[in-house]
Amino acid sequence: MKIAVCIKQVPTREWQPRLNDDQTWIREQDASYEMNEPDAYALEEALRLREKHGGEVVVCSAGPARVQQVIREALARGADRAIHVEDDRLAAADAFVTADALAAAMTGERFDLVLTGLQSDDQGQAQAGVVLAERLAMPHSTIIMDVQVSGASLKVKRELEGGWFQWIEMPLPALLTIQSGINQLRYATLKGIMAAKKKEIRKAVMPADLRPSQQIVSLAVPTRAKQTRLIDGAAGAAAKELARLLREEARVL
Amino acid sequence: MILVIAEQRDGKLNRASWEAIAAAQALAKSDAPVRVTILGASVSGLASELATAAVAEVLAAEHPALASYTPDGYVMAVGAVVEQAKPAFVLMPHTYQARDYAPAIAARMRKALITDVTGVSGAGAEATFTRPMFQGKLAAQVRPLGEPPFFITFQIGAFRADSVQKGGSAQVTPVALQIDASAIRHKPEPPFQEAKQAVDLGQAERIVAVGRGIKSQENIAVAEKLANAMGAELAASRPICDNGWLPMERQIGSSGQTVAPKLYVALGISGAIQHLVGMKGARTIVAINKDADAPIFEVADYGIVGDLFEVVPALIAELEKA
Repeated sequence: MKIAVCIKQVPTREWQPRLNDDQTWIREQDASYEMNEPDAYALEEALRLREKHGGEVVVCSAGPARVQQVIREALARGADRAIHVEDDRLAAADAFVTADALAAAMTGERFDLVLTGLQSDDQGQAQAGVVLAERLAMPHSTIIMDVQVSGASLKVKRELEGGWFQWIEMPLPALLTIQSGINQLRYATLKGIMAAKKKEIRKAVMPADLRPSQQIVSLAVPTRAKQTRLIDGAAGAAAKELARLLREEARVL
Repeated sequence: MILVIAEQRDGKLNRASWEAIAAAQALAKSDAPVRVTILGASVSGLASELATAAVAEVLAAEHPALASYTPDGYVMAVGAVVEQAKPAFVLMPHTYQARDYAPAIAARMRKALITDVTGVSGAGAEATFTRPMFQGKLAAQVRPLGEPPFFITFQIGAFRADSVQKGGSAQVTPVALQIDASAIRHKPEPPFQEAKQAVDLGQAERIVAVGRGIKSQENIAVAEKLANAMGAELAASRPICDNGWLPMERQIGSSGQTVAPKLYVALGISGAIQHLVGMKGARTIVAINKDADAPIFEVADYGIVGDLFEVVPALIAELEKA
């Protein structure tokens, strides 16, 4: 089975937001980056499916030169090779542009299964995977917690809200967006890191005619919905004051 | 014209459908009519229920192929309704169902889709939408590009279902749908629940919830001790349950339980939106987190920026003293 995993490089969870001068995007030079978490689970699921059914796992990413970091990490964890659509404009691209860029580079590969995370930790549009399925003319399903392949058919467990699930069958090839927590992640071994250095990364060019579907007019730190009372001081004093406020002011203890 | 796609499961309207109608009424101001459509195999009851809102018309889109939700079926049906109604905006709640089909219909029609919207300013061609980015650390003002219709999904809870203007007796109009059932590639099974929910956190008066900041399974004991001292139930954000440190049934958030206790204490929870939707209805929210910029502080009434491993033991000692 030939499996593609689409991964994105996003700012780390610890990153403190800083904006560029015109306040339409982040100051990229200040950010440190990591693999988008749901994409890491998609990669793990792909590696497990390859272990079970054989075949190949190809990592695909659309972004500037810096995304090589997460591509190498995916190769170190066990992916066989990679496709990198490299363009600086992909850093802040919307889901349509990202999906179109990936689709152009992936079409000729004729993948049996395409996996990606259910959304990105940066723009969080939760669209790129489904849009990519449309562009590759594949059926899709989203927010997946189990993947079972038998022959040319696929059975997946889709998460619904409030603790409900549903099994869905569809034919291959197909695209799935994977929910965090579907499996236990593996980490790269030293052997894997060494092996990754020899693995192929095919560079692809972003098609020239991609048009964004939306524009970020401005970005800002959100205004507080509530007036938060921040309690200062050393841990002991702050805990004492919090206990007093919960008893006497909020009256919830 | 603004078209709202209401959502149903098993013949019951999803509450978030009303929130999307409230959003439509806010976006419409007074000039643009609002129409609501409901899709399914048999929707006349739901259509009359929706017709109580102050809207111009309810479009009842019935077809046997829509008996169970499938993305292929909905893409075809919504596409047909949009083609006939020719709206400027198509509004949906940002549910798991809309997340499944909305990007597909937008991609197929090559129209803009703006997701997880929390606010609207302006109207018509000038409309701008507020949505979270970077895990809620930033809020973006976003404008759709290209030609309408524009597809918009609204974050659950961003608009209030009880703020919908009622008093309408909108006309219910059937929409003729041509759906080729053989073109639906998905075969869905009925929804099920994994295990009977043993703990109903919805009934808890106080909840102590832990997030990634708790760092290891052994440290859960500290939170449990605080919960005992407060007479609270123990709960967690998604990553904690994914790791198996607490059972899934104690998960708060969009994929877990939604709670509104008197007191909610968030320990080491950053406050990703998927968590916030499950707990922001709590009366008093306390956040203890080492990151002063964590979004949890935006909903907290009381906050301590600090190391929970220092603050929580001190708080337990303080509570046990009395």
